[in-house]
Amino acid sequence: MSPAVFPSRSVASRLTTLFWRHPRLLLGLLLAPPLLWLGLVYLGALAALLLQSFYSIDDFSGLIVPELTLKTYAQLFRPSNFDVITRTLLMALSVTVASGVIAFPVAYYAARFARGRWKAAFYLGVMLPLWSSYLVKVYAWKLILAKEGIVTWAATATHTDWLLDAALSLPGIGGSSLSTSYIGTFLVFCYVWLPYMILPMQAALERVPTSMLEASADLGATAGQTFRTVTLPLALPGIIAGSIFTFSLTLGDYIIPQIIGNSASFIGMAVYQLQGTAGNVPLAAAFAVVPILIMLVYLTLARRAGAFDAL
Amino acid sequence: MRSEASWPLRIAALAGLLFLHLPILLIFLYAFTTDERTFTFPPPGLTTQWFAVAWNRADIWPPLMLSLQVALFSTLLALVLGTLVAAAMSGARFFGRDQLSLLIVLPIALPGVITGIALRSAIPMLHLNFGWQTIVLGHATFCIVIVYNNAVARFRRLSGGILEASADLGANAFQTFRYILLPNLGTALLAGGMLAFALSFDEVIVTTFTAGTGAASKTLPIWMLDELIRPRQRPVTNVVAMVVFATTFLPILLAYYLTREGSETAGSGK
Amino acid sequence: MSPAVEFRAVSRHFGPVKAVDAVDLTIAEGAFFAMLGPSGSGKTTCLRLISGFEQPSYGQIRIFGEDVSAVPPHLRNVNTVFQDYALFPHMNVRDNVAYGLMVKGMGRAARHAKAEAMLDLVKLDGYGGRKPAQLSGGQRQRVALARALVGEPRVLLLDEPLGALDLKLREAMQDELKSLQRRLGITFVFVTHDQGEALSMADSLAVFHNGKIAQIGTPSQIYTQPATRFVADFVGSSNLLPPALTASLGGPPKWSSLRPEALHLAQSAAPGPALTGTVQGQRYLGLGTRVTLAVQGTEIAAFLPAGTQVPPEGAPITLTFAPAALHVIDAE
Repeated sequence: MSPAVFPSRSVASRLTTLFWRHPRLLLGLLLAPPLLWLGLVYLGALAALLLQSFYSIDDFSGLIVPELTLKTYAQLFRPSNFDVITRTLLMALSVTVASGVIAFPVAYYAARFARGRWKAAFYLGVMLPLWSSYLVKVYAWKLILAKEGIVTWAATATHTDWLLDAALSLPGIGGSSLSTSYIGTFLVFCYVWLPYMILPMQAALERVPTSMLEASADLGATAGQTFRTVTLPLALPGIIAGSIFTFSLTLGDYIIPQIIGNSASFIGMAVYQLQGTAGNVPLAAAFAVVPILIMLVYLTLARRAGAFDAL
Repeated sequence: MRSEASWPLRIAALAGLLFLHLPILLIFLYAFTTDERTFTFPPPGLTTQWFAVAWNRADIWPPLMLSLQVALFSTLLALVLGTLVAAAMSGARFFGRDQLSLLIVLPIALPGVITGIALRSAIPMLHLNFGWQTIVLGHATFCIVIVYNNAVARFRRLSGGILEASADLGANAFQTFRYILLPNLGTALLAGGMLAFALSFDEVIVTTFTAGTGAASKTLPIWMLDELIRPRQRPVTNVVAMVVFATTFLPILLAYYLTREGSETAGSGK
Repeated sequence: MSPAVEFRAVSRHFGPVKAVDAVDLTIAEGAFFAMLGPSGSGKTTCLRLISGFEQPSYGQIRIFGEDVSAVPPHLRNVNTVFQDYALFPHMNVRDNVAYGLMVKGMGRAARHAKAEAMLDLVKLDGYGGRKPAQLSGGQRQRVALARALVGEPRVLLLDEPLGALDLKLREAMQDELKSLQRRLGITFVFVTHDQGEALSMADSLAVFHNGKIAQIGTPSQIYTQPATRFVADFVGSSNLLPPALTASLGGPPKWSSLRPEALHLAQSAAPGPALTGTVQGQRYLGLGTRVTLAVQGTEIAAFLPAGTQVPPEGAPITLTFAPAALHVIDAE
């Protein structure tokens, strides 16, 4: 007859017994390395950044004065700096709206009509551009928007170059070519962040039950009414979730405006240049806090709209 | 109600997809152009010489090797750390659980420039010198969430019953990990690792902050960024862009096929 | 000889919830023991206390006399058939069954031979190479059973083992489990919410109610002499008579129970206690007819065997029973 209780023969077995008697010990062991990493390295870094934004730089020596002050934040409101912030905000806003408009038909079709193979194709069709190299995508647009590039060629070939010229001569957003204008920057932002808008939107639309649409049609609503009063409100959390990405990503990007655009500064570029060549780390840190604050406000509003369920 | 989609909707959806894909295809075309100085379209002629030129360019290989090395180490670190968090999160409820899940997404939710500058100012405080190790430090930080997302979805699907069944049949915790948990987690971890690799391989924003200044910490994306700002031989850049695209494309495709049977699919949240 | 399982004042609290509340329990070696109760009554927690997946907040558990307070599940010679079977999806049936032997270090050939023999025993010979996903519910259940038995545990725990099976399969498995248990002589402890299953399979059972054991006994004791109103109500579909009615039938002024099949249609002037009321409804059940009648405001059910002339609805009816059939419930 075998024993009722086996002896603990190995170290592994003894450790298992220890974990069984003290479940918190195992949890602690599991969590310790990632917590050390994220909590200490990453949160520590963020805290250091926040702290630096309260320092200032000595105008004469160019050295950082490690005394707490709001002087650096006040500098953000100088016209040249404040312009950077409003420019970035406007860009983020228009990119978000445009991405929403382009994304909706794709997401709607994929969620409601695509089946089987097509569904997989749509999914991959959105996911691959999402994950493929960011820099390569930006580079592709450099090719497209160049003065001698495909857009100019296509406009000439279809005799619509007057349209292109008209767009480029628009005051404020035009330029000598698409790749050196705000229009170009805007187009590339839309392109690069579009998948981030489509996926949550599609997920939200897929959660709208077909029966609900049938009920609406059954009650006499036209297709348009159903769309406006049922589909859109139910899909809204997904749209907001997508906009969190497009908005946040545009706020912080500094590569795209550097490569495509008229070299006007955006928040990301300001941060990069201030900490690098200018060596003004406090102001760079203060600039970096701006998107964090904007995103905090945005996230709070989004949470109220129920967008986090769609993430 | 599952009627056919209207034609305007179909066209708009298709146009959206084409908008996403045509620019990438263009890179492929430009890799074969004979035009060395501009981006003329249509290309005046086609040639395959740039592949040979790129192959023989000595300044491309070290960045490529460095990028592979960084991606490999970041992925391995992220795999360990991400799996640990997923294991802890899938088990007990504990104080600070929600805060932890927020902490994990933070490196990817905040704009890259913030993660970058934060690490940039923290690294000297840790008495570290900038180099490839600090690039790995940055990459692993935002790759954790990729592995975590994949692993935690699989943990959720895995019925807790099989872990208990293993213990019930006499397996100790390490045997349960080796024979039950790992085989069932395998594809999810592989998919997460693939995505983390792809993400790390072409990351440029955080890298510019965490890399040193010397040639020894120039990754392939940084090399490309230099070429974009100060172009030298444009078609060579096209060839490299193609290679970078392929190097990230394959792991992503593989990750998708590894996880598509399950309810969770890799990559739906970057 | 020490009992197979012994609970001494065992409690398991989850925060303010007392899932198991000061339970004393003794399960004899070789018994086929059932834990019966509604969901949330604490029966499953008791099972998990035996396997070691829960640890008692208070009290002591002994398995064959050994205090297992400090013994984790993997060192207890106790195996479980889980409710959802919990088969390892990535292993074939043979490896599933041989798993317990493998982790204990048995060689490949030996464990595979034992696994195949066990599969033979549960009538699954030839299925060793399949994956669990390729099996039917009943087959998965047999694999789970084989996997739990192959290591020859001292106690086998079964958590709602037949819950997921359809009626016909369930009846066949009941017989099979019973004969398997007799053949192997292993102590079986199973949890169920199905009183029919508990009564027909177990040789003794405990009825759980709100984390406590309401009654322990043999099936016939539980059935004919319920200790509490809860047991009388939960086990079988007994009639519960309020104290006044009990007294009017010659008993003490206490609650009592009366089984529907103990009632007979009164022959003229039969002696003994009798219930008189009007027929409220009847339901033909093949073996007989279930008649409900109202007596002094209490609804009474009677099971009358086939062939009895049942009065139509609304007609008066008188039912008699042997005085011993009236079981007075002493406890509250």
